[in-house]
Amino acid sequence: MFYRENGQFKTNYKADQQIFAITQDRWAVLALIAFAFIGVPMMVDEYLFRAILIPFLILALAAVGLNILVGYCGQLSLGSGAFMAIGAYGAYNFIMRIEGMPLILALLLGGVCATIAGIVFGIPSLRVRGLYLAVATLAAQFFWDWAFLRIGWFTIYTPSGSVAVSNLQVFGWTINSPVEKYWFCLGFLTVFALLAKNLVRSAIGRNWMAIRDMDVAAAVIGIQPLYAKLSAFAVSSFIIGVAGGLWGFVHLGGWEPAAFDIQRSFQLLFMVIIGGMGSIMGSMFGAAFIVALPIFLNQALPVVGSWVGVTISTAGIAHAEFMIFGALIVWFLIVEPHGLARLWSIGKQKMRIWPFPH
Amino acid sequence: MKLRKLMLGAAAAAMGVSALLAPVSSAQAEETQFFPSLVYRTGAYAPNGIPFANGYSDYYRLVNERGGINGVKITVEECETGYSTDRIVECYERLKGQNGGATVFQPLSTGGTFALTEKAPVDKIPLITAGLGRSESEDGGIFKWNFPLLGTYWVAADVLVQHVGKEAGGLDKLKGKKIALIYHDSAYGKEPIPLMQKRAEMHGFELQLLPVAHPGVEQKATWLKVRRNRPDYVFLWGWGVMNSTAIKEAVATGYPREKMYGVWWSGAEPDVKDVADAAKGYNSLALQHSAEYDSSVVKEVLAKLHDQGKGTGPREEVGQVLYMRGLISAMLATEGMRVAQAKYGKGKRITGEQMRWGLENMNLTTIGLNSLGFGGVMRTTSTSCNDHMGASWARIQTWNGKGWDVGNTWYEGDRKVLGPMVTATANKYAADKKLTRRAASDCNS
Amino acid sequence: MAFFLETLLGGLMAGMLYSLVALGFVLIFKASGVFNFAQGAMVLFAALAMARFSEWLPQWLGFDNLLLANVLAFLIAGILMFGIAWLVERLVLRHLVNQDGATLLMATLGITYFIDGLGQSLFGSDIYQINIGMPKEPVFLLDSVFEGGLMVNLEDVYAAIIAASLVILLTIFFNKTITGRALRAVADDHQAAQSVGIPLNHIWVVVWCVAGLVALVAGMIWGSKMGVQFSLSTVALRALPVIILGGLTSVPGAIIGGLIIGVGEKLSEVFLGGYVGGGIEIWFAYMLALVVLMFRPQGLFGEKIIDRV
Repeated sequence: MFYRENGQFKTNYKADQQIFAITQDRWAVLALIAFAFIGVPMMVDEYLFRAILIPFLILALAAVGLNILVGYCGQLSLGSGAFMAIGAYGAYNFIMRIEGMPLILALLLGGVCATIAGIVFGIPSLRVRGLYLAVATLAAQFFWDWAFLRIGWFTIYTPSGSVAVSNLQVFGWTINSPVEKYWFCLGFLTVFALLAKNLVRSAIGRNWMAIRDMDVAAAVIGIQPLYAKLSAFAVSSFIIGVAGGLWGFVHLGGWEPAAFDIQRSFQLLFMVIIGGMGSIMGSMFGAAFIVALPIFLNQALPVVGSWVGVTISTAGIAHAEFMIFGALIVWFLIVEPHGLARLWSIGKQKMRIWPFPH
Repeated sequence: MKLRKLMLGAAAAAMGVSALLAPVSSAQAEETQFFPSLVYRTGAYAPNGIPFANGYSDYYRLVNERGGINGVKITVEECETGYSTDRIVECYERLKGQNGGATVFQPLSTGGTFALTEKAPVDKIPLITAGLGRSESEDGGIFKWNFPLLGTYWVAADVLVQHVGKEAGGLDKLKGKKIALIYHDSAYGKEPIPLMQKRAEMHGFELQLLPVAHPGVEQKATWLKVRRNRPDYVFLWGWGVMNSTAIKEAVATGYPREKMYGVWWSGAEPDVKDVADAAKGYNSLALQHSAEYDSSVVKEVLAKLHDQGKGTGPREEVGQVLYMRGLISAMLATEGMRVAQAKYGKGKRITGEQMRWGLENMNLTTIGLNSLGFGGVMRTTSTSCNDHMGASWARIQTWNGKGWDVGNTWYEGDRKVLGPMVTATANKYAADKKLTRRAASDCNS
Repeated sequence: MAFFLETLLGGLMAGMLYSLVALGFVLIFKASGVFNFAQGAMVLFAALAMARFSEWLPQWLGFDNLLLANVLAFLIAGILMFGIAWLVERLVLRHLVNQDGATLLMATLGITYFIDGLGQSLFGSDIYQINIGMPKEPVFLLDSVFEGGLMVNLEDVYAAIIAASLVILLTIFFNKTITGRALRAVADDHQAAQSVGIPLNHIWVVVWCVAGLVALVAGMIWGSKMGVQFSLSTVALRALPVIILGGLTSVPGAIIGGLIIGVGEKLSEVFLGGYVGGGIEIWFAYMLALVVLMFRPQGLFGEKIIDRV
């Protein structure tokens, strides 16, 4: 009753093609963004920022990037941790080696480094498909794991291999407190999500989806797989690289190559699949789910244990977390293989015809 | 189908709400001192993390049994990190404000130390990294909040070189010899390299660096290289399952265990017990103490805790090398607390800053150690404003198939070599981070 | 020269061990089209079960014979693996029948986490021993030809023999028994097999059981070599280049691929590693597999991927 779009007529193509065609959608999204920027900092304490919101924002950005590659273009990639690492170390090198480099520019240049690497390691996708490609991208993951440990130039020859950044500032405004970091990451996520959404609705996005659905047929009608696949790798790696830079600079402060290992790649892929492949909104849902779940389990398990009168040891909690995480992933995939985004769109559909059932 | 969707929605809602309610803060009415415990009881490094964590926890319980520090009892909360720097930072963030504020953090991970070194000064919580961490952090003039008590990796490498020099008949006899360093490919394993390179320059031995990737189970190729190069000595800088794998591969390639020397984190029972007899002759550093089943603190722990059913972990573990390391690390923390209380108010809870002062002005005498039960386990140590390490003594222990035989020679890190290196590296850190060395007046605060 | 041969031998032996793990992957993929990322966790779980039961059974039942303890522990671990196979088929696979590859991959990743947690909570996180009487010291052959002799690790040789016998057994199973034929039929075409009357669910349980058994043997051998501990599950990542090199659907491919990867890894690490500071084993294996894939996208022995538009 409230969500219908009757009465909303579009009088030009521009209005018809906009992202949020329904007025209620536009208002809702604007309200959400306003709430995120203004409302949330008023309600939330420091721990929640550091532990949940900032990781959520950064990983959501990375998940958006990975969704472009896996969800829209259909190229299964397990090397995303490596691209995050390249983005982080690239930004680090730019900021440390060039005096006076602005932070945002360094992060973007880190993303550019990741793009170049993404294109190079995306070349196998021209020959190799499906699960073979997934394992082939692991080559990128392990290679860069090793490279950042061994090649001193990347870490500016720190003997320990751990790098750290401090004194982040944008146009004179320092980013120190959790709220400022939150705003910084939220800004990046909003801009990139908007760009990504528009990109996937454009011609190149349709090329990607054609390649995903049936790449031989796409080649037959004139879409060049080379450009489509490599551009998907490029865009995806850029976004993942920027997210990696944010992760290292804003969330961690100091990192070593192990912060971007294969577990990170798996985590991003989980987010994409649980959130829904081929959906920008889905990436954010997936990121929220995967970030919040371990913390929720960590807090909830001792409480549940005390209800049944059992004190669980820290090791026991860690093991139970693993088990419940795995079980929940499997259960989720069984119940809704198309991910949270599908649930969301079903919900919206129901809202459209409410209060009628069908 | 509908029920499923309903359950899904409910689960999502529950999760969202609970995540928001996540930090369970508990306000403590009475005076207790909160010591967080960052442990790893799962994962590839658990075999070594578990005995340390048990010793650490047992000592705090023992202190409470003894009546606390001037009546102030200790609360401990464990947080599982799996030896991953990410989770160490997350546990740090979660626990630093709990239970009235964390007093001190002991990350038991060099990677974690690097990450927390940036955060500790901001949150004003000191870090104790006894026998690990950044070697240059012994310079308290730059690293105000780091305390690598009892020794660092440069001290460890230095002592090993001194020992093999002594075995060879003099440090000059090392010329032309080959020493291979098999190290864990991480911040921890790379720490001793600068010292080893300096000593190689000084004495003319050839240093071969052989990194092993995490988690360290793949060492076949490494030991094939050892077999080809035939180094005179192998120094092992491993952790977790890397240690036992190294010894097994040494057996498999026929490298004599007598020529292997592990750092003090590579010389504990979990590393050798399943190789047992074949590991006979394997040497490692003893961070002052070895396995101390006969010490009075161990007897006290058994009597007051394990016999009453209050012990952490199995009884057989009490007295093992890493268990003792945990006991000693906890003891150093509580002694720092005692010193801080003496200045800022006995019987009252102290803040992180006050704890830092306490750790900086520790003076553990023989009488003090004896009264705590650590007589014969470690030597005296005292810290100061510029020296956050205190004593840097170590011994060599050898596995005899059933237990550790600890040698009689006490080695100390050579200040003539270490001093300039520490100061230079600490100054470089300060220059990079745009910090200044602490003024003398700051030392008394 | 002697050293080169030693490295080569070491590589071949390591390769056989990788093939053992890769076999499990290939079996499941052939029969049910599922890329079972949980194979590593299964190896770990099986090894943990065997290690712990061989320790507990003498304590509980009060006997001292090592051989009996090992055999009983092997049987119990096998039964546990069958149980897991049945549970996985029942609770997971049956509900995910027609999903695409990525979803199934993620489901097996979820199973990995679950089995990892289950194994550690049931059996503990310490290092445990599997003692099946393998010799630990090396022997030196051909003293006369090579100075000092050619070092051969007997444990590796026995492991290779066990792996080879397992492959022969599996080949006989697939080719000569009815169930084996049914498995091959299902691997060819699920629907055709169903229409001939082959019960898919039973076949999948059988396949996962066989894979579980393979995981148990692999776990036993790896565990005997390096002790049973959590990091054992990372061997799955070492076996992946083997599968993509050999082809996801080929048993001989798993063996040959394993040998190639093993040799390539060790030779590269020992001879090339020195120039770049070492530690290149892992990514070199993947790069090697990748290079082969560029020329043969389906692996050396895999089924050619045919696209119908």
